Amino acid sequence: MPSDPILEIRNVSYAIGGRPILRDISLTVHEGETVVLLGRSGSGKTTLLKAVNGLVHPNSGEIRFEGKPALEWDPIRLRRRMGYVIQDAGLFPHWTVAANIGLVPRLENWNPEKVASRVESLLRDVGLEPAEFEGRYPRQLSGGQKQRVGIARALAADPPLLLLDEPFAALDPITRFDLQRQFLEIRRSGETETGGATAAAKSALFVTHDVREALMLGSRVALLKDGAMDVLATPAEFLAARTPEALAFLASLEDHWRPHE
Amino acid sequence: MNSRLASEILALSLEHLELVAITIGIAAAVALPGAVLLARRARTRRWVVGFANIAQTIPSLALFGFLLPLPLIGGIGKRTAIVALCLYALLPILRNSLVGILGVDATVRESAVAMGMTQRQILWQVELPLAVPSIVAGLRIATVATIGTATIAAAIGGGGLGVFIFRGISMVDTPTVLAGAIPAAVMALLADEGLEWIERRLSPA
Repeated sequence: MPSDPILEIRNVSYAIGGRPILRDISLTVHEGETVVLLGRSGSGKTTLLKAVNGLVHPNSGEIRFEGKPALEWDPIRLRRRMGYVIQDAGLFPHWTVAANIGLVPRLENWNPEKVASRVESLLRDVGLEPAEFEGRYPRQLSGGQKQRVGIARALAADPPLLLLDEPFAALDPITRFDLQRQFLEIRRSGETETGGATAAAKSALFVTHDVREALMLGSRVALLKDGAMDVLATPAEFLAARTPEALAFLASLEDHWRPHE
Repeated sequence: MNSRLASEILALSLEHLELVAITIGIAAAVALPGAVLLARRARTRRWVVGFANIAQTIPSLALFGFLLPLPLIGGIGKRTAIVALCLYALLPILRNSLVGILGVDATVRESAVAMGMTQRQILWQVELPLAVPSIVAGLRIATVATIGTATIAAAIGGGGLGVFIFRGISMVDTPTVLAGAIPAAVMALLADEGLEWIERRLSPA
């Protein structure tokens, strides 16, 4: 592997009321890598993401972030070092786009000019013209625009790790493809001029149920089935995977549906 | 209408308004911090809201009767009236504030937690601002109801427009009843309209 691990998940299990949600999951995310958690609804992928963020606490196993056990982190500090994007963006409806994006920098007491210039450059990065969008409220945005703002908000304080929970699932196919390409671009370019010292690409843990998206965006794909790791492979290797669950997902790729002649 | 009646209507209207203002002031001062404290305590919340619900079901005249013999908060006069009116005003303010705070979209609260906001920051920067329209709605309901109920305060010497109404009833004189009822109704309508306007102005979305 190319670089240091940013996130290590070791033998993590989690159950609610005797019902296992995660079974002995181990996974390492290296710097600059995007690992996609792929699986059906209920496979445990979102729960795993929440465990990384400290929103749920595993019953056994260990999660280490930047080399330090998650339990030793102050949860507030831990979360501010991880950008978080969810399906319907979860933007604060009473704040403008600029206030939403500037949240974590403000919480971290950046000075207002620095926050403002950061917000502006992030809006450009996600393809929104700052002058047009800064002052808008979330209700004045389309689904795709909300998601762009959500991503900009997650990137705001330059966190070393991004957590994304089906961020594009609710979008129309054209907007989704556009945002997927933009996500690749943001990751590859790493940080722009205002980003601070690290020029490295972002690490990301990306949850999806869309195998196409997983293969397009992932450096590696982690397929979960019933809370257990089924396949962990690069996209190229994943295409050759032969577990029943992997075959079921791959079959949806080969379904070239055509209208009747 | 002679000028003596007009000036008495004005004086009793002002007294009525004073009863309502003090009542809503005290009820809000108790219910708003109460809602903030109860928002994170589901079990206590059920007990307190249950108690406030029961207080609400006591007929107002009976409640005034219960309070009369009590020391400190009882007896004849304004203080007893205000205590009783507060008991009625508490519930709508408390319940609406709780609805507003607890009604914040789960994804919004989840992302607030996930972004690394503390519980205090979530309360002050997210939940309370989003709850403001609902809180104002509670104040509106409580104010309008108190304007009506306060007319009964005259029965225990609380003053206000109820003085006309009780006098009119005992004299079997409809115009005197109306001299109390009409200003009270107008006051309630104005309060309703005014607070509804504020409610709309403060709605974020």
